[in-house]
Amino acid sequence: MNSILLETKNLHRSFGGVHAVKDVSFHVRQGQIKAVIGPNGAGKTTLFNLIAGTLAPNRGEVIFRGKPITGRKPHAVAALGIARTFQTTKLFPHMTVHENVMVGRHTRTRSGFVAGMLNLPWTWRELRQTETKAHEILENLGLATYAGETASNLPFGRQRLVEFARALATEPTILLLDEPAAGLNIYETKELSQLILKIRDTGVTCLVVEHDMSLVMEISDEVVVLDQGQKIAEGPPSAIQRNPEVIRVYLGDDHA
Amino acid sequence: MMRLRIYYPVLAAAFLIVALHLGLAATGKTYYMTQITMSAYYALVVIGLCLLMGYAGQISLGHAGFFAIGGYTIAVLTTHNLSSHHGNPTIAWLRSVGLIVQWQDLYGREILSFSPWLAFMAALLLTALIALVIGLPVIRLKGHYLAMATLGFGLIIYRIILGAKTFGQADGISNVPAFPLVDGLQVNGRVAFRVQNYYIAWAVVLAAMILALNLIHSRVGRALRSIHQSEEAAHSLGINTYRYKLATFILSALFAAIGGALLTHYNGSIGPSEATVMKSVRYVAIVAVGGMANLWGVMVMGILLNFLSLRGVFGTFDDTVFGAILIAVMLFAPQGLLRVPQLRALTSRLSGRSHE
Repeated sequence: MNSILLETKNLHRSFGGVHAVKDVSFHVRQGQIKAVIGPNGAGKTTLFNLIAGTLAPNRGEVIFRGKPITGRKPHAVAALGIARTFQTTKLFPHMTVHENVMVGRHTRTRSGFVAGMLNLPWTWRELRQTETKAHEILENLGLATYAGETASNLPFGRQRLVEFARALATEPTILLLDEPAAGLNIYETKELSQLILKIRDTGVTCLVVEHDMSLVMEISDEVVVLDQGQKIAEGPPSAIQRNPEVIRVYLGDDHA
Repeated sequence: MMRLRIYYPVLAAAFLIVALHLGLAATGKTYYMTQITMSAYYALVVIGLCLLMGYAGQISLGHAGFFAIGGYTIAVLTTHNLSSHHGNPTIAWLRSVGLIVQWQDLYGREILSFSPWLAFMAALLLTALIALVIGLPVIRLKGHYLAMATLGFGLIIYRIILGAKTFGQADGISNVPAFPLVDGLQVNGRVAFRVQNYYIAWAVVLAAMILALNLIHSRVGRALRSIHQSEEAAHSLGINTYRYKLATFILSALFAAIGGALLTHYNGSIGPSEATVMKSVRYVAIVAVGGMANLWGVMVMGILLNFLSLRGVFGTFDDTVFGAILIAVMLFAPQGLLRVPQLRALTSRLSGRSHE
């Protein structure tokens, strides 16, 4: 079995009196597609934000490649090789698609204020590499035709793919996808599941927070189920589907 | 070749600057060059502020404060008479290496003071330090809160200048010497130096423009624009948004301080009116009307509006005009004039590209 890449230990976060995430422990193995599911308000996105550094936990630990990264800021987490997308797509609306992906190369490039202001020759080389790399990524995702388009002009489904491309541009070890199927129709969702599998096959581990059960069951190797901030089940999709506790949470007591 | 294309407007500007000189000389209006020179130094403030507001998306209502810090630092250091410490060995040594110089003021008195270069470096250092200390806490704030915090900073600087004897209180500091840059070139407001200073000021402005243009087309410029457009996304991609905003704040403060320092040498004096809140509002209004994320627009507006103001065209409505400009821009084009569709189409056709 592959080694553990990302792990949370007793992660806890409350807002006022509400315990959004209660002592959640789970791990993601290298090369896995792991899904976190649960009804609305189960704490999925909060859990995500705790891992990505957007929120700090009240207690508990996040461990990446054996080292604690708890409470690190999002930019530091990203620099370690943890990339994410957002539930509501957050592109840079006035930039072109190509530029959006170029920003994704930030952690892989280094020209700073002084080099930039003086326009030093080595920054040209770096810029060319950034442009080329961004193009490659767009081509791989079939987005090359949109490269010059202003991001906000793209249809919603395409915008989501551009956000994927931008996250992949950081060359992450693990990709955190926050409800990637939200707002997509069934065809787009189908396309999306193929894409996530393809990304995994290039060696990027994926952690997916998702509402759409069909997507989760189709692509994930393992599923964690959250309800009211607590982990209530974990296992392969087939076992999760039969788990009475999960059925109760999703469909109500009568069906359990 | 993309990289060279951003310099074409610089060349065009250089031609226009020479043409303007020739035009003024031919029509016998060379005295306009004095106000153009002064406007150029004010334009440095808005070029820096354009990076901060237009690109990084952070407002400052305290940039007149940084302008004043630059101006007052060099004014104090170059006019403080050290003659009484004549025998002091440290002073003697500083004098021997050229960091302290002797010169004659307007009344023929011998003055022993710090050299303009030393004062200039000290002004930049002090400005960077103050911008860092102020920026560390306030740059965490957003929107209105950042506006109010920087406004507070500007008010404090104004009050300090108005209250402290060292800064000449309401009279300001006069008798500031010329700034010899290299042999034969000096920042000096006398009529004999008018043409020379017209070109010195423009050279400084164009140099600032080149640095700023380079920056916005670099990795850092992309990062700044991304912070402006979605700070959360920028942060998630590994951009240290706080550090980038802070660095831009300091950089823009330095631009303002250079403007303040050079204008003080040029005018031979500086007064507390340079540090008023209305001056800060004026700079913000110029950046807004220049198109926010549009360095050329902001620079041209900076020269034009300051020139008209210095010529007294707005009369007693001087501050009113800038207030009105700000209100009008906020009402009709809050995203900057460049975002007004017609204008945007026009400018992108003119420049053949857009760096939006």
